Amino acid sequence: MEELGKRALTGDIRAVSRLIRNIEDQVPNTHEAIKHIFPFTGRAHVVGITGAPGAGKSTLTDQLICSIRAQNKTVGVMAVDPSSPFTGGALLGDRIRMLRHADDPGVFVRSLATRGAMGGLSKAVGDGIHVLDVMGKDVIIVETVGVGQQEVDIINHAHTVLVVLVPGMGDEVQAIKAGLMEVADIFIINKADREGARKLYKETLSMMDMGKFPSGWRPPIVMVESNLEPHTFAKSVDELYEKINEHYVFLKEHNLLQERAQLKVQTEINDALRSAILEPVLSRLVESGEFDQMVQKLMKKETDPYTLADEVAAKYLIK
Amino acid sequence: MAKKIRILLAKPGLDGHDRGAKVLARCFRDAGFEVIYTGCHNTPEQIVNAAIQEDVDMVGLSCLSGAHTYLYPEVVQQLRDRGVTDIPVVGGGIIPDRDMQPLYDAGLKAIFTPGATLDSIVDWINNNIAAKE
Repeated sequence: MEELGKRALTGDIRAVSRLIRNIEDQVPNTHEAIKHIFPFTGRAHVVGITGAPGAGKSTLTDQLICSIRAQNKTVGVMAVDPSSPFTGGALLGDRIRMLRHADDPGVFVRSLATRGAMGGLSKAVGDGIHVLDVMGKDVIIVETVGVGQQEVDIINHAHTVLVVLVPGMGDEVQAIKAGLMEVADIFIINKADREGARKLYKETLSMMDMGKFPSGWRPPIVMVESNLEPHTFAKSVDELYEKINEHYVFLKEHNLLQERAQLKVQTEINDALRSAILEPVLSRLVESGEFDQMVQKLMKKETDPYTLADEVAAKYLIK
Repeated sequence: MAKKIRILLAKPGLDGHDRGAKVLARCFRDAGFEVIYTGCHNTPEQIVNAAIQEDVDMVGLSCLSGAHTYLYPEVVQQLRDRGVTDIPVVGGGIIPDRDMQPLYDAGLKAIFTPGATLDSIVDWINNNIAAKE
């Protein structure tokens, strides 16, 4: 497994894609490969792109890849789509929009299914970013599933978060609600040629006029019109990329990159503890049949979840 | 540990008739597979690169334009040229009987023609394709 990590460091595409696959499948010992590459991480600029289903995230990502490649930087993309809660299957369709980059060796695109994760990402995204980072990608774009109001896990992984809005999704009260609207470093009003775009722009603007920006960064709003006009679309996305770079420079100049990195390592240690401590206990309970017994006891109201959890904790935790 | 069968579904060549591919994509989703659908007008190069980057267990090709005798073997050959021997290629579409054997000879693992039921395709995958170790 460490071998896979070593090969990923050299940019070996098969090693990289297998490693991401093993992370997704939670293959035992995959952690060994991550241990090997971890010291080399932290070089890439991680850009998150999030918004409602059909807002245009994949299409924007596709054009953004062009803007980034035009500056001779390499790109890694992780695009997340939902898994079925019923069958566990998934239809991953983000690549359809990014087809033209399939032949470009400077671009690596990977589709991931959420596999039950609720925050708009897949559990594999955190380590997946590390893998794309050490394979040498300059910019990593993480495209979330189509989100509603509070699937905002992306803030734990990205340096720059783009929130894509489209006209016609609700009144100005939506704009002052907590959650998604708070996490943007840059707002994109996509499909801005449609009716309601000016109104949405004004609402977003007035929402921000009420806000405070302790870091000193006030999220800009970038209007992007239909991709059916390729030239104006490309020009808007070039402007968007300028804003993304401005934000990155801002983070660096104000020592805020560390703060973002800290969010990521906090998430990572949380996940790692969970998989090192909670998951082995859970799987032991399931294997021994104790888990089923607990479920039955709860169904009969013989006890409650907290008492059971205390009992398990007393058994496994040294106080 | 939760292994999932990952399948790349693509339409190579100049053919916009994607109803069949979309029905299959949906059917594979319901069978519990992860399907990466790359849409229409793919070149063999794009399909091969996508298959490698996505580390899939199988490539499914759909083509209704009549160019399958060129495009399907081309995908198989380019995978081989890239040193990829563990991703089987399966094809479907309007394939005349006389083309079947040449396609198998070119390295396709299975060919499904009109009349093949969705269940029979899913069964074939479950019996012949394993999620990679």
